[in-house]
Amino acid sequence: MENYLVSSSPHITSPRTTRNIMLDVIIALVPCVIASVLIYGLYPLVSILLCVGSAVFAEWLFNLIRKKPQTVGDLSAVVTGVILGLNLPAVVPLFVPVIGAFFAIIIVKMLFGGIGKNFANPAITARIFLVLAWGGVMTSYVLPINLANGAGELVKYLSEAFNINLPAAITSATPLASVKAAIESGANPANGLSALNMFLGKIGGSAGEVSTLAVLIGGVYLAVRKVIDVKIPIIYIGTTAIFTAIFFANSGYVGEYVWTYMLGGGLVFGAVFMATDYATTPNTNLGRIIFACGCGFLTVIIRKFSTMPEGVSFAILLMNIVSPLIEKIIPKPYGHPKRSMMDYFAEKKAQKVAKGGSNV
Amino acid sequence: MKRSFKQNMIKSGAIVSNGIITNNPVFRLVLGTCPVLAVTTSAVNGLGMGLAATFVLLCSNMLVSALRRVIPDKVRIPAYVLIIATFVTVVQMVLRKFIPSLYDSLGIYLPLIVVNCIILARAEAFASTNPVLDSALDGIGMGLGFTAALMLIGIIREFFGSGSFFFGELAGIKMGWQFSALSDFSMSIFILPAGGFLVFGLLMAAVNALTDYAQKKKDKATQMRKSEIKAKNEIKSEEVAL
Repeated sequence: MENYLVSSSPHITSPRTTRNIMLDVIIALVPCVIASVLIYGLYPLVSILLCVGSAVFAEWLFNLIRKKPQTVGDLSAVVTGVILGLNLPAVVPLFVPVIGAFFAIIIVKMLFGGIGKNFANPAITARIFLVLAWGGVMTSYVLPINLANGAGELVKYLSEAFNINLPAAITSATPLASVKAAIESGANPANGLSALNMFLGKIGGSAGEVSTLAVLIGGVYLAVRKVIDVKIPIIYIGTTAIFTAIFFANSGYVGEYVWTYMLGGGLVFGAVFMATDYATTPNTNLGRIIFACGCGFLTVIIRKFSTMPEGVSFAILLMNIVSPLIEKIIPKPYGHPKRSMMDYFAEKKAQKVAKGGSNV
Repeated sequence: MKRSFKQNMIKSGAIVSNGIITNNPVFRLVLGTCPVLAVTTSAVNGLGMGLAATFVLLCSNMLVSALRRVIPDKVRIPAYVLIIATFVTVVQMVLRKFIPSLYDSLGIYLPLIVVNCIILARAEAFASTNPVLDSALDGIGMGLGFTAALMLIGIIREFFGSGSFFFGELAGIKMGWQFSALSDFSMSIFILPAGGFLVFGLLMAAVNALTDYAQKKKDKATQMRKSEIKAKNEIKSEEVAL
C-alpha cells in the first residue's frame, strides 16, 4: 500500500505552462521579425528590441513597487513587446515604442491585475493609444528597402531615429489608404497594387503585418502546436471577406476589394496573433465564433465607413470589451428538453399559484 | 446649545475641508463627471467652469437653506432647479458680457450647470437640512473642491495634449506658458475624450490610494492608543468586512 500516492485533485495536469506557450508564440513571431528586417532594414528590429526591453522593465518595475511576486519570467511581457513592435510603423521616433510598451504593460495589463486579468489586449490598446496620441507619426510609413542595392540598405533608415516628420521622399502610402481613396472616387481599388508584393510584404505598412507569408508561417506553427484556436483566425478572415463582398456588392469591383482587404493592412496578423489572445477572447466555442464574426464585421464597417483606412485594431479592441458578455451565451447542454415560450409562461404561472400568490 | 467661537471655527473648517478633500465632489463622490470630462481640455477652461459652478453652488445653497422651511417637501426638486437656474442665468449673462472667450469655450456646459449633480446633491443633502452659514461654507468647500479637481485634470491634459501650462486668457489677463519645444511631442489623445477618461481614472485611483494611506496611518495611530486585545478585535472585524 505504501506505493500509492494520496493527493487531492486535479490528478491529470497539462505539461504546458504559461512560459511554454509564450515561448511558442515568440517562435511563431520570429518569421515576422525576419520579414520586417528584410523589408525595412534594421530599424524595425531596433524598435522591437526597445519595445521588449521597455515592456519587461515596466512589468519588473511595477511588481517591484507594488511588492508583488515577479511575473517577468512567464515571458508574456516579451510577447506583448514583440507584437507591439511589429504593430508600429517601420520607422518611428524611438520614444514611441518606449511609451507604448509602458502604456501596454502598466495601464492595460498590470493595473487590472496582471496576466490573465486584463480585459483588453495590451499590444492593441497601446497601438490605439499611440495612433490617437501621435496620429502623424503612426500613419507615416516608409518605402520598403531594396536589398539588391547592397547591404548598406539595411541601415538606411537608422538616421531617422528622432525625426518626427519623415521626409516625403521615403514615405509611402499603404495599400489600404489607396483602397480608401478608391472607395471615394469609385475607381478600381486594385490599381497599382500587386497581389504578390502584398503577399510578400513589399509595401508600406506596419513593420510586422505587411508580410502575409511570414504571418501565415507563424500561424501554421501555432496551429500545429495547438497554441491558438484556428477557428478564430479562419472565421475572422472569412467573415471579413464575406462582409467585404456584401458591402461592396454594387461597387463593380467585388473581387478586387476582397483581395486588397485580405492582403493589405493588418488583418491576417491581427487575426492570428491578436484576436487569439487567451485572456481577452471568449472561452466557449460558440463565443469564439461570435467573437471572430464580430471582429470581421467591425473591421469592414470601420474600413469602409470611417475616416481611417485600417480598422483591425479597433475591431479587436471593441470585441475584447464585449467578450465577457459573449461568454454568457452558453448553448443548452445535450439532452436539455426543448421548451416553447408558452410552456415557459405556463410553468411560471403554475409556480406562482403554488406559492399562493394572487392569480392574475 | 450654543457653540463657542472656537468650536464654531473648527466646525466651519471641517465643513470647508470636507468639500475640498475628504468628500471631493469629483474624485470621491464622482458627481458632475460630464462637465469634468468635457471642459477640462485646458486648465483655464477648468478654472472658469469651476468658478462659475462655485458661484452658483454658493448662492443656491444659501437660498435653498434660507427657504428650507418654506419649500414644501413634495415640490422641493422643482424649487431647487428654479433657484439654481436663476443663478446660472446670472452667471451666463455676466460671462457673456465680460468674458466672451470663456463663454464660447464652455459652450453648452455652462447652461448645463442647472442640472449639475453636485449642485442638486448639495441642495438636497446639505442645504435643505442645515442653517444658512453652514450651507454657504459647504457651497464654498464643494465649489473649491470641484474647481481644484477641474484645474488638476485640465493642467495634466493641457500639458500632455497641447504642450502648454495654464495657457490662455481669463477676464483680460493673459497667463500661462506655451512650450514650443514640446508642441511637436504633444499627444493629441489627451485633448480627446479618451484622454479625459484616462486622466480622470488615474487621478481617481491616485486620490483613493492617498486617502487609503492616510486612513491606514490614522487607524494605526488610534490602534496604538487602544489596548492590545481591542486592537486584535478590530483587525478581525476588518478582515470579516473585507
